Amino acid sequence: MKILVCISNVPDTTTKIKFVNDNKTFDTAGVQWIINPWDELALTRALDIKDAQPGIIESITVANVGAADTEPTIRKALAIGADKAIRVNAEPKDSFFIATQLAEVVKKENYDIILCGIESCDGNGSSVGGMLSEVLNMPSVSAVSFLDIEAGKIKLKREIDGGQEVVTTQTPFIAIVQKGICKEPRIPSMRGIMGARTKPLQVVEPVAAEPLVEFVNYEYPKPKAACKKIDPENVKELVNLLHNEAKLI
Amino acid sequence: MNFEFTEEQKMIQQAAKDFAERELLPGVIERDAKSEFPKEQMKKLAELGFLGMMTDPKYGGGGMDTISYVLAMEEISKHDSAAAVVMSVCNSLVNWGLETFGTEEQKQKYLVPLAKGEKIGAFLLSEPEAGSDATSQRTTAEDKGDYYLINGTKNWITNANSASTYIVIAQTHPEKKHKGINAIIVDKNTPGITLGPHEDKMGMRSSDTHSVMFNDVKVPKANRIGEDGFGFSFAMKTLDGGRIGIASQAMGIASGALERAIKYSKERKAFGTEICNHQAVAFKLADMAVKVENARNLCLKSAWMKDKHLNYGIASAYAKQYAADIAMEVTTEAVQIHGGYGYVKEYHVERLMREAKLTQIYEGTSEVQKIVISRSLLKD
Repeated sequence: MKILVCISNVPDTTTKIKFVNDNKTFDTAGVQWIINPWDELALTRALDIKDAQPGIIESITVANVGAADTEPTIRKALAIGADKAIRVNAEPKDSFFIATQLAEVVKKENYDIILCGIESCDGNGSSVGGMLSEVLNMPSVSAVSFLDIEAGKIKLKREIDGGQEVVTTQTPFIAIVQKGICKEPRIPSMRGIMGARTKPLQVVEPVAAEPLVEFVNYEYPKPKAACKKIDPENVKELVNLLHNEAKLI
Repeated sequence: MNFEFTEEQKMIQQAAKDFAERELLPGVIERDAKSEFPKEQMKKLAELGFLGMMTDPKYGGGGMDTISYVLAMEEISKHDSAAAVVMSVCNSLVNWGLETFGTEEQKQKYLVPLAKGEKIGAFLLSEPEAGSDATSQRTTAEDKGDYYLINGTKNWITNANSASTYIVIAQTHPEKKHKGINAIIVDKNTPGITLGPHEDKMGMRSSDTHSVMFNDVKVPKANRIGEDGFGFSFAMKTLDGGRIGIASQAMGIASGALERAIKYSKERKAFGTEICNHQAVAFKLADMAVKVENARNLCLKSAWMKDKHLNYGIASAYAKQYAADIAMEVTTEAVQIHGGYGYVKEYHVERLMREAKLTQIYEGTSEVQKIVISRSLLKD
């Protein structure tokens, strides 16, 4: 089987978010870029399956839609253990644009399992995996927190209200994965980092696709209100504020 | 001049940071209190290749440069110096010494498992009466024809218990003084070797430090490194590189203390504002940051010189002396900024202060570094 893991290049989750150009553009100055954490979980699970069943998984490829400056992130995916990488040479404009580009990558090779993170921690669109499924007319399973291959059959679990749903599917299919899919992301080894230099990273040009979303501007979350302290003896005032001001009770 | 790191160097730095925060930081206070060696953590660090990161891949190492090593040492030392010193001894002293001066047979037999992280090494130079004056070796390696017979005691040996492979510095020809000293590879399991109790240290308490006694220990002649009498020269050359590791460790301790002091000063309030807004604290932070940056640059410069095959012995003495001394100053100030909280274990800075002290003492005291530096200034 061949696995494709779609990875986004996103700001480190501890980045102090700032906008410039009248709050229309994210300020990338000084930002450290990482593999989108949900995509990294997907990649980790793919590697875990390959390690456990080496004869079954032929290769793990990562695909990214991004300009050349995303290559350090792609190299990290290779250092962790992906066999090869494909970069679609284009700025990721919106989810539809990205899904269209990834669909072209999928069409060129017969991948059996395509993994996407449930969302990216920058745009939080939660839409690329679903759109990719639609563009390719390929089955997809969302909110996947367990994925394994048992006796050649795909076994998935997905989170639903109050429990889990156990699912099986034909290949090829898309799994949109979330937390729980693996224990924790891997730290690249020295050998992995050294080996990443020479693993293939293919750059392909994008296909024509018009983005469907126009980003007007960004707004910061409202600052947290100041904490009000109430005398522990004054329960009446506490109830009053919770009822009339916070409107919680 | 190019102050930019390569993508690979940045990746190694990040990998070390992730490892230190994920695997070493949880439990470091408890390990320090119990003097407990980070066995599981070292196994994982070894599997990732950090213990042989600079050794040539043909001997099972990572093939990384010394710059990467400095970056990794900083990140590990921010959180667990006891782990960092294992990494330093393995990389800088044992592996480098074997790779540079060992025979092909010695490399295949001893270096390969060390570089792969399957085994840990130790470097046995110090003695009860030979610390800074390393020429006064009392441990003897008597030439018995086809083997050496080793007798004597070595002190303050890092990794003494966890190591499988020792490099022992011992005197074979006392009449030749330091030119009669040999460096010999010894399997720890060889009959006649006993360990003293675990040293109850002020800092780096979970590092595995013992004295090692040799009583008629037979070692094949083939285990000698280099020509007969090369041992002292071997030790000095190896320690030139070792200084880069310990300098980086000291710099990492200081860097970890600075990061914690900045964080705390932005959270703790006094007189109606965060304490970082008081100039007395802000200026301390500025002084600490300049010192850490200077130490980092000295470490990186000596590493760069080593990678370029330039003579880095003096540069590494600058780095070791400065980084160790400022580590003491910076950690002391970090405790001061934390006030009473800095004096208890929860905030880590008291531990960093105890750890910093050792960096001024081992692998050449700050005073020995000044001897090295001043002699280089004064020679004709």
